[in-house]
Amino acid sequence: MKICVLVKEVPDAAVEKRIDPSTGRMDRSGEKNLNPFDTHAIEAAMQLKEGGELEVDEVVAVTMGPDSALRALHKAVSLGADRSVHLSDEALAGSDVNGTGYALAQALATEAPDLVLLGQQSDDGECYTIGAVVADHLRAPSLTQVIKIDVEDGRLRCERQAEYGYDTVLVELPAVISVGDAINEPRYPSLKAIMGAKKKPLAKVAAGDVGIAPDRVGYDNARAHCGAFHDPPAKSAGQIIEDEDTNETVEKIVAWLDERKLI
Amino acid sequence: MTNILVYALHYEGAFNKNSLGAVSEAARLAAEIGGEAHALVLGSKAELTDELCGTLGTYGATTVHRAEGPEGLSQPVVDAMAKVISDGGHGYALFGGGLLGFEIGAGLVARLDAGVTMEVTAVNARDGKLVAERPILQDSSISDVEYRSSVGVIIGRLNAFEIVERGSGAAAVVDVDYELSEWSTKATMVQRGEQRGADVNIEDADILIAGGRGLGKAEGFEALEALAGSLGGAVAATRAVVDAGWYSYSAQIGQTGKTVAPKLYLAAGISGAIQHKVGMQSSENIVAINKDSNAPIFEFSDLGIVGDLNKIVPKLTEAVKAKKGS
Ligand SMILES: Cc1cc2nc3c(=O)[nH]c(=O)nc-3n(C[C@H](O)[C@H](O)[C@H](O)COP(=O)(O)OP(=O)(O)OC[C@H]3O[C@@H](n4cnc5c(N)ncnc54)[C@H](O)[C@@H]3O)c2cc1C
Repeated sequence: MKICVLVKEVPDAAVEKRIDPSTGRMDRSGEKNLNPFDTHAIEAAMQLKEGGELEVDEVVAVTMGPDSALRALHKAVSLGADRSVHLSDEALAGSDVNGTGYALAQALATEAPDLVLLGQQSDDGECYTIGAVVADHLRAPSLTQVIKIDVEDGRLRCERQAEYGYDTVLVELPAVISVGDAINEPRYPSLKAIMGAKKKPLAKVAAGDVGIAPDRVGYDNARAHCGAFHDPPAKSAGQIIEDEDTNETVEKIVAWLDERKLI
Repeated sequence: MTNILVYALHYEGAFNKNSLGAVSEAARLAAEIGGEAHALVLGSKAELTDELCGTLGTYGATTVHRAEGPEGLSQPVVDAMAKVISDGGHGYALFGGGLLGFEIGAGLVARLDAGVTMEVTAVNARDGKLVAERPILQDSSISDVEYRSSVGVIIGRLNAFEIVERGSGAAAVVDVDYELSEWSTKATMVQRGEQRGADVNIEDADILIAGGRGLGKAEGFEALEALAGSLGGAVAATRAVVDAGWYSYSAQIGQTGKTVAPKLYLAAGISGAIQHKVGMQSSENIVAINKDSNAPIFEFSDLGIVGDLNKIVPKLTEAVKAKKGS
């Protein structure tokens, strides 16, 4: 069977993110890295493959993004994916959640995976909906924020925290599952894997190759359009203490609490 | 006329507070764009009685669409809502904060080719249409989102919509005639709402000492319990540490946990992710101890201490005890 893992490149956590005022889109320049949440999805795929309860023939990393997104795929492959698919096309630039979910589903449909895994959220978009959009397009059951997966008679027994506590759900394959960061501790790639990553097969596909309708993707076809940007109501900045001498710091905290009658 | 359909999440005989907020908000908005607020509930008919469903009228829903189906999973609700929207021509689907609403809303995006905005903090009516306010970049900016689709999906942030009793009397209850799609039957709930860890009461505490992954290990909570003891407060936690099994789910604050507003919220080793912030940002005084001066929590704390909690917390406990003894 085949597992596809959706990955994404995001600005490095250390890079300050901003909106480009001339285009109204997120400025995605600067240092990029594989979305940290996606490393948990790759690790989950590797554990299913190595666990042996499912016969996993291959793990395929799939991304949609500009040329630079290649690096996210290389990282994914160094973490264990067997090959990767890079969906890249000018026509896709600026797609919203609707367009992105649709385009990814089209790319996945050509792969016909038995399981699609992805991270609980992307570091930059602060959105956790792509998995559920993709699932409905693929007509597959789905669950998000999963922190434990066990194989049970060819089905996946998944646990996740929802509004009222922890839920356990049995999911039949093929399925789309987003995993939370508590599901595992991702491994570090070996030097050999890093060196070998560029040699693993990589297919670059354009929108037309996977039958993406041009009027459903791209900035101009976004169903939700980000208009004006404005500042949130100003909140007075809090006081900051750098802890140098802890006795002094603690004295200051106690005084602060005492002033507010909290002690 | 544009109607708004709200999903009302139901559990053990009661509607979710965020759903009630969403119904109230839909009623306010519908009045502005010349339509009605409708609600959709899904579960067993035995639990979703006419009387219970009718109570959504108190918050302004005029009609409640009741669908029979398995509770707690998103895809059956997508099937039912898509059917009601296709038959009724609703212009918007609205969800309160939580988790299921995100999944259902996302499903509708695919099913109805709809636009979606999530983490919405406010909705405004403009020229007969709804515009959603969506904070971005760790809440440093807000974007006004407009829809260019026949259905717009609006997923609220936790506690974004106030519960207001806008309605007069009970809502009409109609049963939805829909079919589960094949893939909706392929996920089955085995156990719902399992409570992990001891049952602790944090909602009544005036002082909460909250701990996150920065504590390093489960035993890290001992120091927080000592500090909470010295201040006469209780201990709370982030999802990261609850998922890790370090602390009780009943003490979790945030999107899939509790919402609190104590006099003092002291966060130790907590980064301040949005999903945590939404459950505690109304606290009167927020103090944060974090070794990373760039941690988002410092953006919304009244007093921030940049330093190692392992050094600071034990000394703080001693200092508080000394102060109280004096
Ligand atoms: C749909 C969804 C729902 C969610 N629901 C919730 C929810 O209900 N509640 C919730 O809390 N989260 C929730 N989350 C998770 C949330 O996004 C964050 O992942 C989580 O809040 C992070 O927890 P944390 O702050 O403990 O850990 P981290 O983000 O890992 O932060 C740990 C912090 O500790 C600091 N630190 C480390 N060592 C020390 C030290 N020695 N001294 C001082 N500081 C130190 C670090 O600098 C860091 O800032 C949800 C996420 C999603 C996607």
